[in-house]
Amino acid sequence: MIYLNAFLLPAFTCMIGQVILDNTKLTAGHITSIFTVFGAILSFFGIYPILIEKAGAGATILISNFGHMLFIGGMQGYNEQGFLGIFAGLLSKSSLAITSAVIIAFVFSILFKPKN
Amino acid sequence: MNKEEYQKLIKAKKPKEPKLKNALIAFFTGGFMGFFCEILSKLLIVWLGIPKSFSYGIICFLLILCASFFTALGFFDNLIVKYKCGLIIPTTGFAHSVTSSALEYKNDGMITGLGSNFFKLAGSVILYGIVSAFFLCLLKVICYA
Repeated sequence: MIYLNAFLLPAFTCMIGQVILDNTKLTAGHITSIFTVFGAILSFFGIYPILIEKAGAGATILISNFGHMLFIGGMQGYNEQGFLGIFAGLLSKSSLAITSAVIIAFVFSILFKPKN
Repeated sequence: MNKEEYQKLIKAKKPKEPKLKNALIAFFTGGFMGFFCEILSKLLIVWLGIPKSFSYGIICFLLILCASFFTALGFFDNLIVKYKCGLIIPTTGFAHSVTSSALEYKNDGMITGLGSNFFKLAGSVILYGIVSAFFLCLLKVICYA
């Protein structure tokens, strides 16, 4: 069952993104930003952890997982250190995605030449 | 021929985007990606004996690595044109935007080119993600205080 959910959740998310991209003037940058904010909102209402439980990696590979991780990190920081903990912990969970993207992109951009 | 007629002619001659086909391509690309990542995560859990959340982290890392590597080799742009949102909505789109802007502005110098344009495309995701998550955290804290 989890494999079917892992197929359907990213499938419908990508299809909704494609429909928005084709029928409006929004660009890919708009759509990824919208989905990130939407992930944070779903996490706020406690829906995103359920999605991860039901669809597994199908929910964690989406860009909305980034918003979810930001929110979870912020709340964890608040529980540990109070109000200032929101600032301290907001990026703690999503550090893996940002840092790995930065390091890998930097190394590859040094090693490779742009192709046109 | 005046301007209006010209615009009409352009609209008629412009190739129509096959919207249904695009939506189906994005549907199956995203779907199979999630499906195979779930299988991979199950395999990692069995093989390495690691907890679930750790295997999701490894998969996220692998996706970013693959997307950046293929972008650096130069054929990921063609894949994005072909599969569209199926590759933009998952984490691969984020990695692709970082790597492609880094490669594109590399020739302008390390600081003024690569450094200042590094987050040119991915910056909006990080900015609006952080802003929205911060204010939602604040809202939750106020609601449950």
